[in-house]
Amino acid sequence: MLGLIGKRLMFAIPSLIGVVIVTFLLTRALPGDPAAYFAGPSADKQAIEEIRKKLGLDKPLIEQFFRYTADLAKGDFGNSLTTGQPVATEIRNRLPASAELTLLGLMVSVMIAIPLGILAATRPGSWIDHLCRVTTTAGVSLPVFFTGLVLVYVFYFRLGWSPAPLGRLDVFASTPPNVTGFYLIDSLIARDWEAFRSAFNQLILPTATLAIFSLAPIARMTRASMLAILSSDFVRTARASGLSPRAVIVTYAFRNAMLPVITTLSMTFSFLLGANVLVEKVFAWPGIGSYAVEALISSDFAPVQGFVLTMAVMYVLINLIIDILYGVIDPRVRLEG
Amino acid sequence: MKRRDFLKTATGAAAGAMVSGPAIFSSAKADARSETLLIVSESGPNNLDIHGVGTNVPGYEVSWNCYDRLIGHEMKAGPGGVPYYDRDKFKPELAEDMTISDMSATFKLRKNAKFHDGTPVTAKDVKWSLDRSVSVGGFPTFQMSAGSLKKPEQFVIVDDHTVRVDFATKDRLTIPDLAVIVPCVINSELVKKNATEKDPWGLEYTKMQTAGGGAYKVTKWTAGTEVILERNDDWVSGPMPKIKRVIWRMVPQAGNRRALLERGDADMSYELPYKDFQEIKANGKMNVVSLPFSNGIQYIGMNVTKPPFDNPKVRQAVAYALPYQKIVDAVLFGLANPMFGASADKPTEVAWPQPTKYNTDMAKAKALLAEAGYPNGFETTISFDLGFAVVNEPLCVLVQESLGQIGIKTTINKIPGANWRTELNKKEMPFYTNVFSGWLDYPEYFFYWCYHGDNSVFNTMSYKSPEMDKLINGARVAAASGDKAAYDKDVKGFVDLAFTDVPRIPLYQPYVNVAMQKNISGYQYWFHRRLDYRALVKA
Repeated sequence: MLGLIGKRLMFAIPSLIGVVIVTFLLTRALPGDPAAYFAGPSADKQAIEEIRKKLGLDKPLIEQFFRYTADLAKGDFGNSLTTGQPVATEIRNRLPASAELTLLGLMVSVMIAIPLGILAATRPGSWIDHLCRVTTTAGVSLPVFFTGLVLVYVFYFRLGWSPAPLGRLDVFASTPPNVTGFYLIDSLIARDWEAFRSAFNQLILPTATLAIFSLAPIARMTRASMLAILSSDFVRTARASGLSPRAVIVTYAFRNAMLPVITTLSMTFSFLLGANVLVEKVFAWPGIGSYAVEALISSDFAPVQGFVLTMAVMYVLINLIIDILYGVIDPRVRLEG
Repeated sequence: MKRRDFLKTATGAAAGAMVSGPAIFSSAKADARSETLLIVSESGPNNLDIHGVGTNVPGYEVSWNCYDRLIGHEMKAGPGGVPYYDRDKFKPELAEDMTISDMSATFKLRKNAKFHDGTPVTAKDVKWSLDRSVSVGGFPTFQMSAGSLKKPEQFVIVDDHTVRVDFATKDRLTIPDLAVIVPCVINSELVKKNATEKDPWGLEYTKMQTAGGGAYKVTKWTAGTEVILERNDDWVSGPMPKIKRVIWRMVPQAGNRRALLERGDADMSYELPYKDFQEIKANGKMNVVSLPFSNGIQYIGMNVTKPPFDNPKVRQAVAYALPYQKIVDAVLFGLANPMFGASADKPTEVAWPQPTKYNTDMAKAKALLAEAGYPNGFETTISFDLGFAVVNEPLCVLVQESLGQIGIKTTINKIPGANWRTELNKKEMPFYTNVFSGWLDYPEYFFYWCYHGDNSVFNTMSYKSPEMDKLINGARVAAASGDKAAYDKDVKGFVDLAFTDVPRIPLYQPYVNVAMQKNISGYQYWFHRRLDYRALVKA
């Protein structure tokens, strides 16, 4: 098993090298001149040249690339110009914020979508099937920023139930000591209930927004794959043998229907992690997506490269985990390179 | 310690904390709220030092509040009674006394002034800071040179608490330029300790922390998320500020900034869309301030080096075909000073900005266009900066629609913010809209940057006219020597010429809009248009 994982990771190396080269070239090909941008509105040509020199952008491209890879090898992702911080630190600080939100969103979504999908599949054409169809269509067709804004409008602005959409904690609450970077876990470790409550309350609306959005693929996939399995021979045999409906559905059918659901789950997760930019914007969430987009808008190379690289690594890891999970769920699936 | 004992103590301690925790926390929270100002805005600083490489505008606000300068401006009553900085009156800040002689100014420093770390402020620090501002290059050096402050030799230490600034030439902008944000006084020993060979001015150090002696100091900064500032209780360069703590949060979503204000969670916000601001103003639940940018104009620019805009008749035709009033009403919701439509017999004033005599007159525009040899119009591209799309996009659509009526077909070209300055520098865009505002509020300053043949970045039209140059130079010399009659004549001259030649068409003077809770007072308008926390009061 370990050897196989090692082998898989080895195979990921060429793709990571490819990602490094492509992002480097792509960011350089972007329109916009960072030197002119950072020289400020009143800079003349000479001032811009001075900035360009300071940023090392006057060097030939190949030299810039080698300098970049040499820094990367040392774990140095460079400095962001817009926020003025080292990119590695920023990503380390912001990734947990995005991950906490995404994981929680996905968890809520799974808890609703899978039972909904199973129920819809067992009673096709019933009201629950229609409910499933309506929720998933609505969830997927409402843009996340819209759902987010509506939730903020109703639950914060109108009803006042939810706290101000001001990021991960109440403005006056203090951050729990950093252990995992997940505020819910960190505040539990520190036994800081005030911080836990604050972090939890702040999470409710963005989590709901993400859950509504990611409900659709998971519920649809569960329903479709359950339908296929339920009409297969072994389920008919199980039913004919007089097994209880519960045993048939949960033990036999659902376990077999899980593979495509897991695949969808992994896709949804990696998609959400990168694409919850809009949710982060709406809730002033200090996550990784809004960071990357802001950097992109200001032609700030280092964070964009750092972001893409981090994402590539995440994808590799998620795929690996999913492959291992396949093996656990269905022993017939072998983990191979 | 045995494991069991450890667990006992740990649980005991935790239980103790749990019981007493919430009570302490809640009262502290209530106190904190009443002495804390919560500001929300779209973007935050990228550097806490204005001398840094590429420090953005929110960074200016930190610098303004955390560092002292030698002098500041007095306040006067501005439009609507709001305190507005007085361009002509200076007040001592770190200097307790200023003597101006023919070719130099001498500043006596406050003897009891200290930096945040407790070291006394001396003349050495002032000289080092001013040397730094003229030496680091980029924006700070450029801004200093606008006041003819160019060389470290101009800053002389007289004694421990006296500094003299020697003038390179007679320039009326030298003293005002010492009151802008750039010439701030930095704790030189502290920064020198943290400087490296590669970074002799310690820019890396001051980027992340404030090293000054101003009324506030940054205690926490999470880039892109929040800045927390605490009052410096030992500050002596002015009356003690009322606000103890400022929490400045970045909320990218404009709708949420408005919701936070209306729910009473945030105390102040700027950068609200015009429509939201207009509605907040109308419902009267909040204090709102909306004041014109000093020395600022949004304009339509034309590249005069290439046809068809090299022909002044074409430019005048465009100036008669713009939908001025519609722009002010529909794009800005009335929150702007019109810079058009002055009555035909109005004499030119010695002031800037002032309205042109152009108004929307399609018949006249058509006639002028035919006279210029384009009876059927022509095709061109209108460009704008996407960074300010809220205003620029609808504005350009209105212009496009209106010019279509006289046969000028325009394609809209949206340029991302990062690219806008590059494009402006190239000076190749034929037709575009942009905004310019100068920190120093003097007509000749504006005209020198925007119309002079030296062709600075802001002369985006590449306009060159020997007559214009003569008038602008004349006004600068007259201002330095105090010859009022010659100055007035030259200012009127260049304003008239700018309006007849119209290389750029002024549209309106934009407003800075700030909304705050009813219990917040003391807002002051500054040339940099950022907040001065020192004067704010939360009742």
